[in-house]
Amino acid sequence: MDRPAIRTEGLTKSFCAKRVLSGLDLEIAAGTIFGLLGPNGAGKTTVVRILATLVRPDSGRAYVLGRDVVSQPQRVREVIGLTGQYAAVDNQISARENLYMIGRLLGLRPRAARARSSQLLDAFGLADAAASKVKDYSGGMRRRLDLAASLVGEPGVLFLDEPTTGLDLASRNQLWDMIRDLAADGTAVLLTTQYLEEADRLAGQVMVIDHGVTVAQGSPAELKSLAGGQVLEVRPLRPGDLAAAASVLGKLAGTSRPIPEGGLLTVQVPDEAAVTAAARSLDSAGVPVSHLAVRLPSLDEAFLSITGHHADVCETGAPLEGSAR
Amino acid sequence: MTLSQTGVMARRNLLHVLSDPQQMIGMSVQPLMFLLLFVYVFGGAISGSTRQYLQFVLPGLIVQGIGFGTTQTALGLNADFQRGLIDRFRSLPMARSAVVAGRVTADIARTAWSSLIIVGAAAVLGFRFHGGLPGALGAAGLVLALGVAMCWVMAFLGVWLRSPESVQAAGFMVIMPLTFASSALVPAASMPGWLQAFVKVNPITIFADAMRGLMLGGPVAIPVLQAVAWIVGLSALFGALTVSWYRRRA
Repeated sequence: MDRPAIRTEGLTKSFCAKRVLSGLDLEIAAGTIFGLLGPNGAGKTTVVRILATLVRPDSGRAYVLGRDVVSQPQRVREVIGLTGQYAAVDNQISARENLYMIGRLLGLRPRAARARSSQLLDAFGLADAAASKVKDYSGGMRRRLDLAASLVGEPGVLFLDEPTTGLDLASRNQLWDMIRDLAADGTAVLLTTQYLEEADRLAGQVMVIDHGVTVAQGSPAELKSLAGGQVLEVRPLRPGDLAAAASVLGKLAGTSRPIPEGGLLTVQVPDEAAVTAAARSLDSAGVPVSHLAVRLPSLDEAFLSITGHHADVCETGAPLEGSAR
Repeated sequence: MTLSQTGVMARRNLLHVLSDPQQMIGMSVQPLMFLLLFVYVFGGAISGSTRQYLQFVLPGLIVQGIGFGTTQTALGLNADFQRGLIDRFRSLPMARSAVVAGRVTADIARTAWSSLIIVGAAAVLGFRFHGGLPGALGAAGLVLALGVAMCWVMAFLGVWLRSPESVQAAGFMVIMPLTFASSALVPAASMPGWLQAFVKVNPITIFADAMRGLMLGGPVAIPVLQAVAWIVGLSALFGALTVSWYRRRA
């Protein structure tokens, strides 16, 4: 498809004299999952809120399926779905009533709204609990309902702002599968996340932003290679050999300092040739190994080398960018 | 379109009430409790007999009940803002006013329910209606109109204040002194002069006098006209304030 599902040009936004976005350009194709990564306060949520017509940009332009978010907000709202950081569903009524309400607000007739609710409840495994009040739901169920609520209008563009924060692994995997299916059906998905693994597993394209500007963009693989070199993993056969192995690896040409973690040593190496060199040196030092592998750095490691700090989950107490609170 | 969206939002808010036994009991039992307490505790002391006081106080209690009942409007709207739900509504292609209008519509239905309960109970206790059919229709209309005006005042508190606790406290601090320092529950004649001056301009006095005129067959034209003027003024002012504040905050 030639027209991008989402396009922004030079988006800027300040809150209380603090620059949150400084000229962000973004392009997302239909049917793809785009991961927006960055530490807390990087401006991720602000991007989503601008595109979802909840916040006006100070300058720049943003289009969703060719509709201008500033001059045609109602037309943008017709084609988007939004799942924010907090499940935005009504806890005091049932899941079925929630979905019915949104269907009606989207202009569906009662019969159509009821049919769409049932369809989504089935698809999201909520049919059995459909009549219970949402406040009795587990966190995972609530998130699933929240996602279902975003999909009532069959949006062409879906915004997922940290959709799996606080979910257990099983619920997270379940949600990931659903998001993949949506993209496969042609929905453009803009996903913000602090979980690098999430972007790695879901997104075809990733953008890292920090202080409101793009610091890196590409496929997860490209981003990892941006971090430079590769990672060598070595597990000595005898746990007691860890220190000896570390000193051997540390002497290899062009390597970083080996990091031991649970009997496993990881060390950054320039290329695959290092594997042979490592194997030879370990052998001549008399250190047998049970595992020797080279891999690309994880997005987390890439993130560290791109932004100079870890993807930060320590500051979650900080106020949300642009939130109404 | 906006009308049907308001209907959807009103339905949602009524579902909250219907599925919550506490709220149902609150809006049904609280008016009864006020009626019985005021009539049997104060009645003899204030009017010489409970029967006479019942005649006097019922119109005032209806007005007070509307005041206390509509604090739910403030709390409900405030709660919508606390959760992420308002973001969902704002990202839908719906009229912005529908969220507030739906809340007000549902709360007028609650107000009507509470008023019916208290009037029904008063009739059983011996309240005698002297206003005739026009009085009854007028009183019913005034209750609804007053409900609308009070809902807008409370809606503003709901979107203006941040926490539900401050909303609750503010609602109480507005309604309590306004209803007590008025002619709603006690004739103003025995109050000190400075207080009487306040009672005279207090809109609750005007509403209570208008209700009395309609229900008991006293002077009607002037208090009702004054009441309507207050209702129109309050609704316009607080309606505009609520919607503009809602836009700013949301």
